[in-house]
This record gives sequence, structure tokens and C-alpha cells, in this order.
Amino acid sequence: MKTKRRGKVVRYNKWGYIFLIPFTAAFVIFQLIPLITTIYNSFFENYMSGLNQIGPTFVGLDNYKSLFSSGDIWTYAKNTMIMWIMCFIPQIVLSLLLGSWFSDVQLRLRGSRFFKAVIYLPNLIMASAFAMLFFTLFSDNGPINSLLMQIGFIDEPYKFLSHTWSARGLIAFMNCLMWFGNTTILLMAGMMGIDTSLFEAAQVDGANSRQVFWRITMPLLRPILVYVMITSLIGGLQLFDVPQILTNGTGAPMRSTMTLIMYLNKHLYSKNYGMAGALSVVLFIISAVLSLIVFRMVGSESRGEAKKWKKAKTTTK
Amino acid sequence: MRKAQTMKRVLAGLAAATLAVTGLAGCSDDDSSSSSTTDGDSEVTEEGKVLNIYCWNEEFKSRLTDHYADYEEVDSTTGTIGDVTVVWNITPSDDNAYQDNLDATLLEQADADDDDKIDIFLVEADYALKYVDTDYTMSVSDLGLTDDELSEQYQYTKDVMTDSDGVLKGVSWQACPGVLFYNREVAKEVLGTDDPEEVQAYVSDWDTFNETAATLKEAGYTITSTVNDTYRVYSNNVTSKWVEDGEINIDDNIVAWVEDSKALVDAGYTGTSDLWSDDWSAGFYPEGNVFCYFGPAWLVNFSMAADTEGSIGYEGNWGACEGPQGFYWGGTWICAAAGTDNETLVADIMRTLTCDADVMTEIVEADDDFVNNQSAMEALAESDYSSDILGGQNPLSMYCANAGSIDLSNTSIYDQGCTEEFQAAMKNYFEGNATYEEALDLFYTAIQEKYPELTVPEE
Repeated sequence: MKTKRRGKVVRYNKWGYIFLIPFTAAFVIFQLIPLITTIYNSFFENYMSGLNQIGPTFVGLDNYKSLFSSGDIWTYAKNTMIMWIMCFIPQIVLSLLLGSWFSDVQLRLRGSRFFKAVIYLPNLIMASAFAMLFFTLFSDNGPINSLLMQIGFIDEPYKFLSHTWSARGLIAFMNCLMWFGNTTILLMAGMMGIDTSLFEAAQVDGANSRQVFWRITMPLLRPILVYVMITSLIGGLQLFDVPQILTNGTGAPMRSTMTLIMYLNKHLYSKNYGMAGALSVVLFIISAVLSLIVFRMVGSESRGEAKKWKKAKTTTK
Repeated sequence: MRKAQTMKRVLAGLAAATLAVTGLAGCSDDDSSSSSTTDGDSEVTEEGKVLNIYCWNEEFKSRLTDHYADYEEVDSTTGTIGDVTVVWNITPSDDNAYQDNLDATLLEQADADDDDKIDIFLVEADYALKYVDTDYTMSVSDLGLTDDELSEQYQYTKDVMTDSDGVLKGVSWQACPGVLFYNREVAKEVLGTDDPEEVQAYVSDWDTFNETAATLKEAGYTITSTVNDTYRVYSNNVTSKWVEDGEINIDDNIVAWVEDSKALVDAGYTGTSDLWSDDWSAGFYPEGNVFCYFGPAWLVNFSMAADTEGSIGYEGNWGACEGPQGFYWGGTWICAAAGTDNETLVADIMRTLTCDADVMTEIVEADDDFVNNQSAMEALAESDYSSDILGGQNPLSMYCANAGSIDLSNTSIYDQGCTEEFQAAMKNYFEGNATYEEALDLFYTAIQEKYPELTVPEE
């Protein structure tokens, strides 16, 4: 009897596993196997010199040693994070503002559907095309410079791409412009998921809109904010196309806009699978650790919040 | 059960199909190998029916179409020569795509079917040695071209394609000696003359060139559009290679380029933009306020907006003089890939396009190319050939003089990477974002990423 019943249970479970097969297969073929071969490759000296293959020879941890001994990797990691922060902070502020406006029923914004579509549009342009456009706009004799000169703001063309902070700023600005629409829509979805009775209750209690935003919207939006932050962080670590095209792969000036993935791309010129593999493994570890930290930090807070919420609920009862 | 049976049938069918396909493939292989072994002795000239050509633009194709009598175009990617089908494999050179594609195919060359093997591929000087110094290219003399036939070609075009053992591995129908193109209006205004010989006196060597830059600055003009304009003039006149015994080496003349350029930039005599950028090409028009550009005939004829109304070229306001030093820029060389099954045809194409003086004169007249034939070019230099873009001047004698003075014995397989990375790194120094030492370190870092086998010289 016992075994028979268990058999029935297993048969139901079977469908669960069958439905999981496509994902698992895709994951194993396209993610797990490449990940393992990358780690394997990182222990070999293996590159092309012109038309000659050098290696593969097992070199142990030599690739990692040369990666860290030059210290360049930390510079590029720092560049990447600086540009991500420069992009993320204005982006989240802008998105929260727009999101709360669009989701606020009382404001009765006209044409909000139209604007929702418009703010998402920059994301539909290819990053490379966008970078080319900015490259032309901000070139030394480009339209922005002639505009600034005509209104008498500057006397000589400002070389936007030859100064560290203007170049980084441009990259951050472009990424912000490309992604704020996406973030706005995500946050708006989160805001519209909040029970409207809470807002109404707050208004009855005499809360002003700022108080409603900080005391009701923000706390309840935390899970979505965490999601947005983690995906943006991982996306930020992989920042590549915009700075690559804008600086023609040089990371000019003095590699201050060189990101980790651009550095990875440099090793692929000589098909240097060893060094590129080592760098990829380091990148994998960094993004795993960062994601874990953010997840733990915010996760524990929201758990604490939930407890408080429960307590409050019970006490009011 | 029925399901299982159909499954079996399907599997069996698949297996049979696979067998059939591999069997057929096997057969065709057998056929070709047996025929070549049996016919081998009697018909040595029996050659492949497909000629595969790898290149990065339409230039060579149009030369072959217009000047190789037997070539018949079929469509944009195929043609015929007699009963041989010509297959064009054109990959643009942007982002190294051409070389990546070529490399991948060359590495498979030994195992490829005869009809899939590359027969001809084209290279540029910057990376020629990468292919020339390997067994993937055939010696030109093995193809049957004699030294005598090649004697009219400019020496530098042969230097580029000579491997480390002194064997010539490729030939070109064109030579690209460069001269200095100056804006006649500016020359008249600032120097008081637009006569090529008198202007030459102001740019005859680098010291006078830099002094002239100061004069031009006072009148509101920059001498060149960017520092990179003069790079090739310096780098073609080096006395050592970029890499000596596996160690990166910076030639004194390259250092001189850096020093001269830094002085020019600091004084505001020139800019720092990249070649081919919009800022660089602004000087093709009078409003750009640029005095001169360095380049070969193709630059002024095809790349300097001569067809656009209002440009300096359109008005015929460029003048040409020899400039401080001889140099060249660009050029396309024909290489025969080792393992080709069309040796005779490849040799004939090379002979017709690069050794036949009549065909080459025809190319000059039809396409404004500067061909790789000394006596033909010298004859044309004496003729009434004149260039509208250059205000009616006949610049060919200058090209000829510069072509003869180019010495390209100091090339290495790393030249393309070194040139690109050196210009990119030094831009930081010119713009004041780094000291010379910092920029040099950046260059070493970038080069070791591209060529991990190279070492950096110890200070």
C-alpha cells in the first residue's frame, strides 16, 4: 500500500521534472559547460601569435598571478564601479520620481501612456548606434561644441572625450538615458501593486504626499528596488558596448574609461584564452559576491521589516 | 510497440541517409585523388576548376574585371576565366574581420577540399609579414615569375613582401608613394607663393617644417590637421624594427615624431584627432584652416571630398610637393596561398597585372592609380598628364622620386598593432593627460595584451 501511494506521488512529480528539462538543458549547455571550460582554460597558456598557436601548456595559477601583479584589473574594476554609480544614482532618482507620478491616480496625468512609451524608446536603439551618435555630437568640432561656442559659454572647443570626468560622465549619462525607462516601468509596476487602500488610509490620517512616498511607497517597494539594484549592478559590471564604441576600444584618456569587459576583449585579439579565462573567473567571483552581499543586506532588512509589520499588525489588533 | 517500431524505422532511415551522404563524400574524394594520381604524370597542367580569392573590398575585383582580358563577370561574387570559376570572398577589414576570417580559413587550408582551398589572398603592408613569414604563402619565383620580369617594380613594394629568408612572397600592381598636399590659397597668403618648388623650401626638412608651422599659426592656420598626419612619414624612415629579438623597441625616429608632435600640439600648431575622423577631414574645406595633408595619389583623388562643391579639391586648390621625407601609405599585395591548385592561373594574373607595362599604363589612364612599374610611371611623368585637383600640376615625377627613396627593410609582423597602439597611447601624452613615460607604459601594456609573447625593454 505504502509503495503504491508513493508511486502516485512520484508520477505527479515527474511532470515537474519534465517541465524543468528545457531550462536545465539550456542551462547546462549554454551556461554550466562554458563556465567549467572557462575555469579549465584559465590554467593554460594558450594564444595565437600571428598564425602560430602557442600552447596550450598547463601553467597552474600563472595567469592569475600576472593578472593581479600588474594591478590593472583593480583600476578597471574601479572605473567600472565609478561609472555604474554615476549612472545608477541619477537613474534611480529619476525613475522613482517618474514612477510615482505615473502611478499616482490623483495627479490624473494626461498622455501617461504616450510618455511611458517615449521614455522606454532610448532602450530600443542599439547601444553601438547610440554611442556613435554621441561620439559625433560631442566630437571636438561637433554640434555640441559649436553650440556652446555660439552662446559664448566657451571660447575653444572642449574635448569631451579627452578628459577623464567628462568621458566617464558621458558614458554614465548615456547608460542612464538608455535604462531609466526600463527602471521606471519596473518601479511603476511595483508601485501599482501596492494596495490603494493604504494610500487612502494615509490620506484620511492627514499624511502629505511626501510622507506617503517615504512611509508607504518606499518600504513596500523594497523587493522591487532590490531586484532593480541587483540586475543593474550585474549589468553595470558588464558595461562594454557604450565605452568600447565611444572611445574606439582605447578607454581613453589613459584607460580611465576602460571597463573590465573591455579589458577582457583586449585579450581576445590574440585569442588569449588563458588570460581571458582567468579574468572571466575573477569577474564571475566578483559579481557572485556582490550579488550575495546586496541580496543578504536588503533581504535581512526586509525580513526584519516583515517581523515588525507582523508585530504592528498584532499589536493593533 | 507501434511507436517503438516507427522510431526504429526513423532511426534506420537516418542512419542509412548518413551512410549514403558520407559514402558519396568518400566517393568524390576517391575520384579526385585517383584521377590526380593517374593523370598526374601525363597532364601536369591539369588544374582546379575553382579559383578562390580572399580580399576586403572591390578594388582588386574591378582591376581584374577591367584589365584581365579573359575575366568574365557572372554576378557580384563570381566570375569565370576560361573554364575556371572565380569565387570572391570579400570581408571588410573593419575590426580585424578580414584577417580573422582569412586566418581561420588558412589554418584549415591543408585539410580543405581542392575547390575550397584559398588560391589568392590580398594583404596590406601593415600586416603583410604576418602572412609572408609563414608557409601559408607561396614564393613568387616558385610560381614562375622571374627577377627579370619583376625588375620594373619599385624596390619598396618588394621589400614589404620579402620574408626573413629573403624570399619574395607577393607582388602588387600599385605603388603608393606619398607627397605633401598643401592648400594653395593659404600658401599664397602666408608664404607668398603657391609654386611647388618654392613651397617645398618651407617644408624641406622637419626643422623648417616646424618653423613654417609657427608662421602659419600666426595667420590662423594649423600646419596639419592632426599629429597622426605626419606619423607615417616618420615611421617609414626608421632604422630599426618595432620588435627586435622578441623585445619591443622604439626607434629614434618614432621618438622624434613624439617630440616634434608634442611641441606642435603644445604650441597649438596642430590637433590630436584620429585619422578618418570628422575633425581630421574638416581641413578638406577652406573653413578647416588646415595647411597640408600627407598622402599618396589615392588620398587626394578619392578621399579628400574632391567631388563635393566648396571643397579645396573641387576648386583645384591643392598643390603637391615632396615634403620633408619620402613615405608611402596603403597598397594592396597579391599573395598565392600555399596549396593552391591553380598555380598557372595565379601566376598569369600576377604577371598580367603587375609586370605587363601596357596593362599597367592602361590602369593609370583608366583608374588614376599609381602603378608599380618604374619606366611606365617615369614615361607618364614626362607626359602632359595633369591633375585638376592639383590645379593642373603633374605630380607624377614627385611620386616617382619619393617611391625610389622608400626603404622598407625594417618591418616586423607586429607593425599594425604597434602603430595603432602607439598612436592611441601617445594621444594621452599630447593632450596632457599623461607624461611621456606614463604613455609609454600604457603602450607596453596594450602591446603585451595584443602580443603576449613580447617583452618590455628594461630601463
